[in-house]
Amino acid sequence: MSESVNQQPVPLHEHGQRRPMKKRLWWIAISPSVWAIHFLACYITAAVWCEKIGEGNLRPLQISVGIYTAIALPVIIWVGYSSYRNFRRGDPPVPYDFDDPTDRTHFFGFTAFLLSSLSVVATLFTVLVFVLVGSCD
Amino acid sequence: MNFVPSQSALDHAGVGAESIAGLFWVMLIGGCLIWLIVVGLAVYAIVVPGQHDQKRTRMLVIGGGAVFPTIVLTALLTYGLAMLPDLQRPAPEGSQVIEVAGVRWWWRIHYRMPDGNRVETANEIHLPVNEPVEFKLKSEDVIHAFWVPSLGGKVDMMPGRENRLKLHPTRVGVYRGVCAEYCGEAHTQMAFDVIVESREDYDEWLRQQASLAVAISDEAEAGRKIFAGSGCGACHSIRGTSADGVVGPDLTHFGSRRSIGASVLPNNADNLTRWIAETHRVKSGVEMPAFETLAEDELRALVRYLGELK
Ligand code: HEC
Ligand SMILES: [Cu+2]
Repeated sequence: MSESVNQQPVPLHEHGQRRPMKKRLWWIAISPSVWAIHFLACYITAAVWCEKIGEGNLRPLQISVGIYTAIALPVIIWVGYSSYRNFRRGDPPVPYDFDDPTDRTHFFGFTAFLLSSLSVVATLFTVLVFVLVGSCD
Repeated sequence: MNFVPSQSALDHAGVGAESIAGLFWVMLIGGCLIWLIVVGLAVYAIVVPGQHDQKRTRMLVIGGGAVFPTIVLTALLTYGLAMLPDLQRPAPEGSQVIEVAGVRWWWRIHYRMPDGNRVETANEIHLPVNEPVEFKLKSEDVIHAFWVPSLGGKVDMMPGRENRLKLHPTRVGVYRGVCAEYCGEAHTQMAFDVIVESREDYDEWLRQQASLAVAISDEAEAGRKIFAGSGCGACHSIRGTSADGVVGPDLTHFGSRRSIGASVLPNNADNLTRWIAETHRVKSGVEMPAFETLAEDELRALVRYLGELK
């Protein structure tokens, strides 16, 4: 795409503070990774608990899942919130596909925000299993 | 009583199958609802002319494309998960326990008796109506899956592992079970009959299965000799005789079964003759040699014998 064809005006906001979020590609992977780790932790704990330790009493298992969630959700929400603040700066119009630092930052922020929302829902779905299925059967 | 076995999950005759069928309908309606709204919004966007209001568009995209499906999915997931504990709870202590092992390509069945003995049979399961029954599922070779669609859910049979399943039939009748995990050449011919009957009929059946082979007529006696002489007993057991093989299905009460070869043919003299003489044309791949060399009268005697093993 040559610039003469696509004369999209680059939003000129925030040029005083360049690159407000010093985030690279890995930033957008944090939320899904936290979800995946949370999922694995729940799964492994449940497997070990049901197979080796206490069949009948599930309280400790549910409490562990509660603790994992209490750690995972704030991380995801924090990533989502700071990404949201970042990509909303100046309310730039989509799409963020211009090859310059501002659009890249907006793109990362927007993507990370959407993935964080998805990760919150997915993490809650994982927890739902432990709330509704109160047995090892 | 239905005589053509039912194999439909929607034609439910058990507690598990009923809730699974209910889940199916709810999921179907939920899925249709999402489809209608998403496609409806797309059609609306295309058909309504002129520029759409920015704010409303954004609301519709976020609402219809993300929020609404999430709400519906959450509701469906909650509904499905809430069903699980009941479906998965084992049958109460003292219920009949039936062990079923998948063997390429048939089913080895053991009924656990109150006195600790196990009664072996094959390819046909009888269940008392309105009583929960606990299944212990195993495999002797590869992965199979045990599924009686009209009665309940499907459970894999893994080599070296014991899985469990509870079935709770609610309607008297004949149902068809199948292997639901591809296991090789004759996988599609690996089925079984399930007969749900009254407690009295069931007790009578189990008492008969637990007994040794019944006395046979003089005409069948020739068949018994051929059975012994042809080496059938190396693979098949007929309790009460010298035949004690374990490679193939137990034939002690074979004559009482509805079908031959894991529900492949109806059990009658003609089909049994075919099964013995041209085994692999009936069910290709089975680990039973075809006995093509038996003379016609030998075959007739053998078939008579097996048919009398009620
Ligand atoms: C090498 C072992 C072997 C020998 C020998 C053998 N069978 Fe079989 N037989 C099997 C196996 C395995 C099956 C199960 C086949 C299947 O359905 O996949 C079977 C199935 C059968 C069945 C159907 C059982 C049912 O529950 O549907 C009959 C009847 C039968 N055999 C009769 C005979 C007779 C009669 C002989 C002797 C003439 C014989 N078999 C010899 C292995 C053997
Ligand atoms: Cu199979």
